[in-house]
Amino acid sequence: MILAVNGIEFRYSSRTILENVGFTVQRGEFLSILGNNGAGKSTLLKTLNKILLPKKGSVLLEGQEVSKLSRLAIALKMAYVSQRYESNRQTVFDAVLLGRKPYIKWEATASDLALVHGILAKTGLEKFALRYLDELSGGELQKVVIARALAQEPEVLLLDEPTSNLDLRNQMEVLKTIQTAAKEKAIAVIAVMHGLNLALRFSDKFVLLQDTKVFVAGGPEVMTAENITQAYGVPVSVERVQNQIVVIPS
Amino acid sequence: MIELVGEESVLEGGITTHYLRYTWKKKLILLGLVVMTAVLALYAISAGSAELSPMQVLLTLLGQTEGNSQIIIWSIRLPRVLAAMVAGIGLAVAGAVMQTILRNPLASPSTLGIAQGAAFGAALAIIGWGAGSTPSTGGGALLINSPYIVTISAFVAAMLTTMIILFLAQYKGVSPESMVLAGVALGSLFSAATMLLQYFTNDVNVAAVVFWTFGDIGRASWGELGIMSFVVLGSLLFFLFNRWNYNALDNGAETAKGLGVNVEKTRQWGMFFASLITATVVSFLGIIAFIGLVAPHLVKRLIGGDNRFLIPASGVMGALLLLAADTLSRRIIAPVVLPVGAVTSFLGAPLFLYLLVRGSKLR
Repeated sequence: MILAVNGIEFRYSSRTILENVGFTVQRGEFLSILGNNGAGKSTLLKTLNKILLPKKGSVLLEGQEVSKLSRLAIALKMAYVSQRYESNRQTVFDAVLLGRKPYIKWEATASDLALVHGILAKTGLEKFALRYLDELSGGELQKVVIARALAQEPEVLLLDEPTSNLDLRNQMEVLKTIQTAAKEKAIAVIAVMHGLNLALRFSDKFVLLQDTKVFVAGGPEVMTAENITQAYGVPVSVERVQNQIVVIPS
Repeated sequence: MIELVGEESVLEGGITTHYLRYTWKKKLILLGLVVMTAVLALYAISAGSAELSPMQVLLTLLGQTEGNSQIIIWSIRLPRVLAAMVAGIGLAVAGAVMQTILRNPLASPSTLGIAQGAAFGAALAIIGWGAGSTPSTGGGALLINSPYIVTISAFVAAMLTTMIILFLAQYKGVSPESMVLAGVALGSLFSAATMLLQYFTNDVNVAAVVFWTFGDIGRASWGELGIMSFVVLGSLLFFLFNRWNYNALDNGAETAKGLGVNVEKTRQWGMFFASLITATVVSFLGIIAFIGLVAPHLVKRLIGGDNRFLIPASGVMGALLLLAADTLSRRIIAPVVLPVGAVTSFLGAPLFLYLLVRGSKLR
């Protein structure tokens, strides 16, 4: 078990965002955090790597309390991809190279550059390598920030809606890349997902949040029509089509 | 290490090479700026009421000559040229770092109220404590009784402004993006206070205050140059150590945190050193506007926003611009020496407008 989350509670002044949230993730597992807007998904993700400090509860990374680790120590193990990201005047290569930041002492080494090169190739960004970020489309930019997180060589990868700006083909490609990396390098992936069907297709585990609390958590077996209907407040049916589980709002 | 480097990299092994070539280009531009600055410095030392040839200058600098030229160069022209370069480096680097950590392209030593704070401090010393004004190349009549009190008072007021800004950011939750707004407010507060002081004093003091605010490189002698160099080069080193942190910050605070950057500390210390440079330069030389704003923007157009190159290149660009402005101010209607602060604003404003109009077409 690489990450264990226990009884997390988070509040913005008087408003409670998260209450008693807990789950565990193994190496190589893909966990999706699901739920309606405002259920606390993004906040939960940020409490995992100390961007936000939970009021109660603990996050254990390989048995160590995350709140007691330095940012650098966390960054060496966990990468985080924010829902919002900036496009500015830096090249794609530089943006991905920044993923090596936790490892760089004074200057990037040849092996840092080689690693970035490999990831650019893997994510189909090679041809954009020397383009400026502010000249990219939303989807390309999203791939860049995910490539940066991979360059960080994390053991836990936190993704906040990694495919929200991607078209169908890129959604599949990016998630496939992440899934492959997760399996090959035994990376635990924790992703806030909007699309239920994409989540079902790529995840091993699910945490369904409803109004600050975990409604249900577990493997594919928890993704029943009943649970989803109650967690989202929308009647759905769950079908099996071409060996894929799909959710259809009814 | 992830073994993603597979056949693809062998097939298209050019990307890393292309990237290295691209960074080499930036280094070449940086080198070009250094060469231009050096040439200009040589000209600036040789030009003046006593014309010296560049060869004479070089020989004198190498200690191969004696007599007049040695005195002129070592005690008059060299400190002035070096002061222009050090102040230019300082103001430009401070501007570049402020723009990055406050995530606002308008951030600069003169838009954060620090310069106005220094002016208020100077006015207080001159008017309130009768310290008079600094002697200078152009203003023989406006003498001072105690230049150090004016300088120290200006410095204290400038650092006080910095502390207010840091306090607002740290404890009152003013976002980095709106710090420039807070700076504008502080600046106008200090300007108003200066105005009030001027209103209730005699015309000699008013003239002395107004004269102090005109930035003038000629005020620096070897002693002041030493202090300025220490502060500027020390801070520059600090900024260079943090260049990856600043690059991470360019991608948003949350992303930077995810990359292991202690965002709050990086911001506080960056602002502290940038303000320290500003306070030191302004209290020694008076207000020199626009260098801190224009130099980083020019460099961003030339080589992009990567702080690994942006910080050193902004410094060199600042040195080049301020040295050019100072040389122009000495030469344009020689023997009268114009205040360099007026020249930088006069040239800086149109240059800045040109950059804005030009947009981002240029790479």
